[in-house]
Amino acid sequence: MRALARRLGVYLLAAWVAITVSFLLPRVVPGNPVAGAIARAQSSGICNSICVRAIEDQLGFNVHTSLWVQYVQYLGNLVHGNLGFSWSENAQVSSLIVSYLPWTLGLLGVATILSFIAGTLIGVVLAWRRGAFTDWLLPAATFFQSIPYFFLALVLVLIFGETGSLLKWFPSLYGYDIYGVNPGMNLPYIASIIGHAVLPALTVILASMGGFILAMRNQMVTTMDEDYVLVARAKGLRTGKVVWYAARNALLPCVSNFSVAISLVVAGQILVEIVFNYPGIGYHLYSALGALDYTLVQGIFVVITLVVLAANLIADVIYVMIDPRARQDA
Amino acid sequence: MSTPVVSDLSSPGPPVAPRDVAEGADPVLEIRGLCVEYGFGDDAVHAVSDCDLSLGRGRVLGLAGESGSGKSTLAMAAIRLLRSPGVITAGEVLFHSRSAADGEPAPTLDLLAAGEEELRAVRWSEIAIVLQSALNALNPVSTIGAQFDELLATHRPGLGRASRRDRAGDLLELVGMTADRLRSYPHEMSGGMRQRAMIAMALALDPQVMILDEPTTALDVVTQREILEELMGLRDRLGFAALFITHDLSLLVEFADDIAVMYAGRLMERAPAASLFRAPRLPYTYGLLHCFPPMHGERYRMEGIPGSPPDMRDLPPGCAFHPRCQWAMPRCRQDVPKLEPLAESRREVACWLHRDDATAPAELTLPDPAVAQPRTAPVIDASAGRAV
Repeated sequence: MRALARRLGVYLLAAWVAITVSFLLPRVVPGNPVAGAIARAQSSGICNSICVRAIEDQLGFNVHTSLWVQYVQYLGNLVHGNLGFSWSENAQVSSLIVSYLPWTLGLLGVATILSFIAGTLIGVVLAWRRGAFTDWLLPAATFFQSIPYFFLALVLVLIFGETGSLLKWFPSLYGYDIYGVNPGMNLPYIASIIGHAVLPALTVILASMGGFILAMRNQMVTTMDEDYVLVARAKGLRTGKVVWYAARNALLPCVSNFSVAISLVVAGQILVEIVFNYPGIGYHLYSALGALDYTLVQGIFVVITLVVLAANLIADVIYVMIDPRARQDA
Repeated sequence: MSTPVVSDLSSPGPPVAPRDVAEGADPVLEIRGLCVEYGFGDDAVHAVSDCDLSLGRGRVLGLAGESGSGKSTLAMAAIRLLRSPGVITAGEVLFHSRSAADGEPAPTLDLLAAGEEELRAVRWSEIAIVLQSALNALNPVSTIGAQFDELLATHRPGLGRASRRDRAGDLLELVGMTADRLRSYPHEMSGGMRQRAMIAMALALDPQVMILDEPTTALDVVTQREILEELMGLRDRLGFAALFITHDLSLLVEFADDIAVMYAGRLMERAPAASLFRAPRLPYTYGLLHCFPPMHGERYRMEGIPGSPPDMRDLPPGCAFHPRCQWAMPRCRQDVPKLEPLAESRREVACWLHRDDATAPAELTLPDPAVAQPRTAPVIDASAGRAV
């Protein structure tokens, strides 16, 4: 357990660095957000000193105090869940993020877990039946692994999407049918959500599964040559048991790979949401950037970082659960 | 099969074959004409060529040779556990099970022709293996107890969970460990303990044959000796036969009944341990025996074997050892000698020096020790405290 506590410490450090960077970035880029907001205010009328002060307070940029005081104030706000006010959406950033996050986490979580499980199983089969006809999957996996998310998303929209030109099987815009159903706990709404999630989820699954297949297959091929797998066969265990011996051990590096892969998947997901106008955090990050809504960008940046760190922590906990050697204090 | 579900570890087990029983009288494992190749076609490496070997019931057969001579390949091929790209190209491996109670002939199984299910039934319950490094032979992600448990659950479906645990505990105590080690993971134990646990696991189903593939090479000499003596003590009590593979001829001299020497994938000499040690007939064995210094007696100049082991992809014609042999004759460069019995004894050698009208040098014609000397008595006495 001390191993986990140490990891937790590392993640807290990483979170602090991310938060600090997101505090500093808007303050070091030329053309600060306050200047932008003042310019916007002046275009619709005169912005006097009271107006400037109000904008500064709203954005949390008090240029009349030291950077350190601003930083302490920023951290204090963060602890209270106050991420500032988004002028483009005219709402608290924290409540906006709470409304975006379920879309992203739902899509990303389901797609990534499905992709990891399916990819790992396929990897096991490919390794066990090395040289069989199933080997044609290998170049396919490599192909999908190297395709950028947004490109795959566009291809899928073109072929399967309603806004595409071929099959028009699945909706390809928004998180649900915004004209046809009422949000709430009703069947049409839920069915609409699932229908709208098919193509984005398929994109994430196809683009990330290749990596999981290849990683597991290669790991498995190495593990199958280990003495304990030979001994498992010599013990006369059933074939399924022998495969499990190898798979269980091959899984360990794949789970730690997963921690690395998750940030790539999140990055890919942002692009996927943009392509599908999916109402998650990535799409809104994109629109907030377009609107120069710094507080929203900053808030989303912090939240994405925390989500990735949390996913990493979960992967670490799973790793410690499945590898007895990791439980020891090195 | 009429084997009891759990054999009583404290019983003396089936009677051990007396030492002076002629080799081959009652074989438990017979390897005939076994050929193994790595790869296919013209590029294939002939790792094992045309090997005949038989392991007597309850006896210890040592298999010696340099690295890459094909010892492990031979043993692994015999139990169909060859790693790819190894392919068995010819031969048969006959396993003669214990004779049934009422005088029926012992059931015989050709392991190379057996189906997957037949093979699975024989594996471990009749033929167990102990590999060089127990660090890699034990599954790193499950406890020793769990590994015993799945083994017993697979082969002894009649046993309940509690009796499986008891049996595993007894086995650990048999090799000098405590039953609470069942809760340990392999990485929590020392190399010696892991090897003991592996040996206990190999004994779990009371096998008739143990294949010991360099079982102590990865251990320090003190642990090595402890474990070997314990293993041989267990053999005397439980009566399994052992195929003991090692590159350390001096160990075999002490622990094996018979020794077979391999060179370049062929069996070259085979004799009772004492005869081979005191009066080798093969130049290669002679060279091997002069490679390690004796602990006692006169100091003398060591002579190694000149040259280096052959390239298995490009073996010299004739006898593979001839480029390194100080007594090589023209015939050795052309014809491959076959392993054949020598006239005066039951030992076999594959060397032209002992054929036809060739005169073997004096070094290779030392008199055979008249009676095979009994192996040194096991240090672990069956009646001592380790017994269950």
